[in-house]
Amino acid sequence: MRRWGYKETHMQTLDFTVTENVQLTADIWRVRLAAPLCEHSEATCAPQVGQFVNVQIDGLFLRRPISVCDWEDGVLTLIYRVVGAGTEKLAQVQPGQVLNVLGSLGNGFTIVLAQRPLLIGGGVGVPPMYYLAKELVKAGQQPIMMMGFNTIDDVFYVEEFTALCRLTRVATVDGSFGVKGFVTGGLEEFDYDAVYACGPEPMLRAIDQTAKELAPGHMQLSFEARMACGFGACMACTCRTKMGYKRICKEGPILTREEVSWT
Amino acid sequence: MDLNVTLSGVALQNPVIPASGCCGFGHEMRPFYDINILGGLALKGSTLEPRFGNELPRVAETAAGMLNSVGLQNPGIEAVAQAIAPALAQDFHQPILANVSGFSKEEFVKSCEIITQCDAVSIIELNISCPNVHGGGMIFGTCAETAADIVAACKAVVTKPLYVKLTPNVTSIAEVAKACEAAGADGLSLINTLLGMRIDLKKRKPIMANKVGGLSGPAIFPVALRCVWQVYAAVKIPLIGLGGISCARDVIEMMLAGATAVQVGAANLVNPMVCKEIIDELPGEMEKLGIEKLTDIIGGAHA
Repeated sequence: MRRWGYKETHMQTLDFTVTENVQLTADIWRVRLAAPLCEHSEATCAPQVGQFVNVQIDGLFLRRPISVCDWEDGVLTLIYRVVGAGTEKLAQVQPGQVLNVLGSLGNGFTIVLAQRPLLIGGGVGVPPMYYLAKELVKAGQQPIMMMGFNTIDDVFYVEEFTALCRLTRVATVDGSFGVKGFVTGGLEEFDYDAVYACGPEPMLRAIDQTAKELAPGHMQLSFEARMACGFGACMACTCRTKMGYKRICKEGPILTREEVSWT
Repeated sequence: MDLNVTLSGVALQNPVIPASGCCGFGHEMRPFYDINILGGLALKGSTLEPRFGNELPRVAETAAGMLNSVGLQNPGIEAVAQAIAPALAQDFHQPILANVSGFSKEEFVKSCEIITQCDAVSIIELNISCPNVHGGGMIFGTCAETAADIVAACKAVVTKPLYVKLTPNVTSIAEVAKACEAAGADGLSLINTLLGMRIDLKKRKPIMANKVGGLSGPAIFPVALRCVWQVYAAVKIPLIGLGGISCARDVIEMMLAGATAVQVGAANLVNPMVCKEIIDELPGEMEKLGIEKLTDIIGGAHA
């Protein structure tokens, strides 16, 4: 029996069992969750790269949206930053406990035909790049990973990306680890034909401004928004784009460079 | 077990309707269950002109609930009447409630004129209680005379049952309800959200861009129940009870207070399966409580 997963046409809430919940840095945690068993094949069940799930946390009304960091044999990996009451509670969850997870949500990245994709992650925007890098490698592409953090104490997953990517570069704002500065510094040094990025909005905007011209759809940016439902019902996370209003949870979180309207 | 109810001649196979603003335009719930099991469906509140709504953030969490200040994002009543409702009705065969809001009496009337032409719509729900738009919305529903004025003007142009959605942010909801009934309302939906706010401690600023928003979720259920109770005693027209309903027992409690049907709001946003679960649970809960016919218990707590 394989473990149950998600597909867009069959979004659902499922009870996952926590297999680990560990601290990676001062405020970054990783939780691994085993899906309940089902008869579907792995291929139809796995979340798409760039999708997210909405996790129910005991005692809190709203779910917490967290991007998918990895999916392997029915085990979902989520990396989250402890920022408030919800994630504080999530960090206390113990292996064996059950979490109700709504997924998989959002449009996800579209893997485009490219040879040298450049992946850029900032802070808690790094995790979704891991699942993407894995899938790109499977597709025969050779990703470059640029990860940005504020300082050495915030850095995580360097070895994991190094093992997967053709090149992994780390930038810290204070220069305490890797290159000093922002992830956008030195983009011109790289030979790339697609860009996938996730991180704070100023970072995404800087990438759009700095990166060279690419084929349409070859720059995909993953956005964040305060959400409620996560599946398009409440319209809490709508943003303006050049292609009209889009719900970050439904028509997003991934927008192409051509769609994004910076305000 | 008989779950059928009737709202002003409109038959519902059960009393459970996902509330306006909590199920998009219907399609959003399709991945989760067959929406034809619902008693009906209330569309996202719409205005004469398309609206983006308020800036983000539009939501904040609260104890046992949430605040929203979406601000009536919608594609305009014309799009709802011409495209959205007819498309939904192609394979959704339960009553559709079109929720109409506005910024002036003239706008309410024009929107009603448009939506009443739409065959797909069974009931028009007049939203004079939205707390998230300035210069309109709730302002109309907080004063009995203004509410009655708008209801009478809209009633004059519609050919479908006209339900008025009331705000709890008033001194006497029964007074507003009576004024709406006298002005020709066919029924009332109550309650809309309660005005509230949250402040971000780190930023020392309101969490929502609109600063204030509407409180919904289980936290407001007792308030909604009290409002339905008071209004049931004051009017003769049917009531749709809503506010914090999240299980079959809440539905029964709301009907005992006087509701003929109910709407489920914020609970959908947390558990998209909740309406199906409530409908599935209702017969069992009815059996436990010795209820054979749901219509038998409407207002039952008043006896």
